[in-house]
Amino acid sequence: MDFNLNAVSFIAEKNFSRLDIKKTYDIMILGGGPAGLTAAVYCIRKGMSTGIIVNEVGGQVAWTSGIENYMGYRHINGVELVQKFKEQVLQFGIDYEEGRRIESVSSGPMKGVVLDDGRSFSSRALIIATGKDMRRLGVPGERELTGKGVAFCSICDAPFFSGKRVVVVGGGNSAMEAVHDLAPIASRVIIVQFLESLTADRVLIDKLESYGNVEVLYEHEVAEIRGGSSVESVEVRDRKTGKTSSISAGGVFIQIGLVPNSGFVKGVVSMNGSGEIIIDCSCNTSEAGIFAAGDVTTVPFKQIIIAGGEGAKAALSACEYVMRLT
Amino acid sequence: MPLFDEKISAQLGDILKNMDGAVNLAFFTQEFECRICQDTGAFLKEFSSLSEKIKLKVYDFLKDGQEAGRLGVDKIPCICVLDAGGDDTGIKFYGLPGGYEINSFISSLLEVSGKKEPIPDDLMKRIMAVDRDVHIQVFVGLTCPHCPSAVAMAHRLALENKRIRADMIDAAVFPQLAVKHSVSGVPKIVFNDREEMVGAGPLAGFLDIIERL
Ligand SMILES: Cc1cc2nc3c(=O)[nH]c(=O)nc-3n(C[C@H](O)[C@H](O)[C@H](O)COP(=O)(O)OP(=O)(O)OC[C@H]3O[C@@H](n4cnc5c(N)ncnc54)[C@H](O)[C@@H]3O)c2cc1C
Repeated sequence: MDFNLNAVSFIAEKNFSRLDIKKTYDIMILGGGPAGLTAAVYCIRKGMSTGIIVNEVGGQVAWTSGIENYMGYRHINGVELVQKFKEQVLQFGIDYEEGRRIESVSSGPMKGVVLDDGRSFSSRALIIATGKDMRRLGVPGERELTGKGVAFCSICDAPFFSGKRVVVVGGGNSAMEAVHDLAPIASRVIIVQFLESLTADRVLIDKLESYGNVEVLYEHEVAEIRGGSSVESVEVRDRKTGKTSSISAGGVFIQIGLVPNSGFVKGVVSMNGSGEIIIDCSCNTSEAGIFAAGDVTTVPFKQIIIAGGEGAKAALSACEYVMRLT
Repeated sequence: MPLFDEKISAQLGDILKNMDGAVNLAFFTQEFECRICQDTGAFLKEFSSLSEKIKLKVYDFLKDGQEAGRLGVDKIPCICVLDAGGDDTGIKFYGLPGGYEINSFISSLLEVSGKKEPIPDDLMKRIMAVDRDVHIQVFVGLTCPHCPSAVAMAHRLALENKRIRADMIDAAVFPQLAVKHSVSGVPKIVFNDREEMVGAGPLAGFLDIIERL
């Protein structure tokens, strides 16, 4: 029996104080993934009065089972790495808010941040590090059948599809990881891939052949997910011929990449066509005093070590900005 | 063989030092134990040895039917979390809270012991205003990283208002029940066998559903 104990959140949380609506912070960090947590360490060590707002601590890292490319650890599971990040932030003590979503942000000499419970905070500088979330297909049936066969977390939900036919949508690393969770227990796994080849890392693709119950439909897209009380079939369209066909399946795992969590700063800072916040190499956005770091930005390549590095950079830029103000 | 390795035991011991008062655990199993009942019993024995504030009592589901009835236990293995005086808190774990669920188990022990994070006033008012019987069943899988937060929220509601009861249910241990509630994704939260929610929402989301039951 494994125990995925999240010890830090019980012991060290005493070092966290709630955010204070009456205080003016030097720097407010939005998001608590690798970018936000790294930024926090840098800001506090520079003596800034710092607050951090986190919806789910660890961000995407908490969703990852094994990490083999974060330096210092040959292999570490996501929850454990998050715990270590949090521990490092906690040793300093910080004003901290978890489990809340940021609704909107305003610019100006003093920046404002509004949470989903209506509270608002003010700060001289902001670091946006809200990362990315799962992308949805946006087809009929997806929303209605979520939790009724439409799933996004394979390590959570794969066991419910034992002996069933399952569709995995996507051809990247996370789709292949879902296939590896499902193929040993499902009767059949059908991968529906938009492109003409899979884009996952070679090691993950090579493993597919060993299963014998996995097939790939290339250049197909999902048009609709059908079912009553649970998923019964997936309608797919051949992108070359336009012909649609129906795959009978009890489950659909959607792993088609990610979208930036930047909706709440729309109109405040400039973004590219996919909603990523445009930054320069010092993590400046188009707005003075608003910095951004990690997966929510245009930084090329989305990795933990990169997001962490960007968080450090954004923090140092923000500290410089605040020091110039005073 | 001990279930917890040295590192985990040490960490658990440290965390449990934060308990304010005592907590009683009533564990329901039966004479001819199912495998998972045996494992859960062993887990609890080891776990309760980590702090003298945790008092474990083992009951036989059939022979101690009266106690099972009093606490509303209807299947095993079941762990009821009772307060220092032995009164029911409405908090139950059906199955072994291992994997990620160890976190929800610890958080319920800390909270029942008196170590509670404050709930914002407006939400607290809504919790106290619930004046009918509410039964929350949270179906989980032990490999699900975000299930414990749903369990902890349901249990916190139970702790704050006597009319609310909340169960963690390991879907792998109670497959028929999971099928009955068509669980195919976790956490799945069922309210009074009528309303349901998939995924761990905020506390306010739980209250929105409870208020329209
Ligand atoms: C399945 C999977 C496997 C991966 N494997 C690896 C790997 O092996 N190695 C590797 O290097 N990288 C891996 N990655 C990528 C890596 O996880 C990301 O690059 C990294 O987490 C980005 O960090 P971030 O801090 O920018 O954003 P995120 O990790 O996305 O964190 C965003 C933070 O912002 C918070 N947030 C978002 N919106 C709001 C809001 N409105 N209000 C308040 N808070 C909000 C979130 O709760 C979270 O705390 C993987 C990603 C996935 C999905």
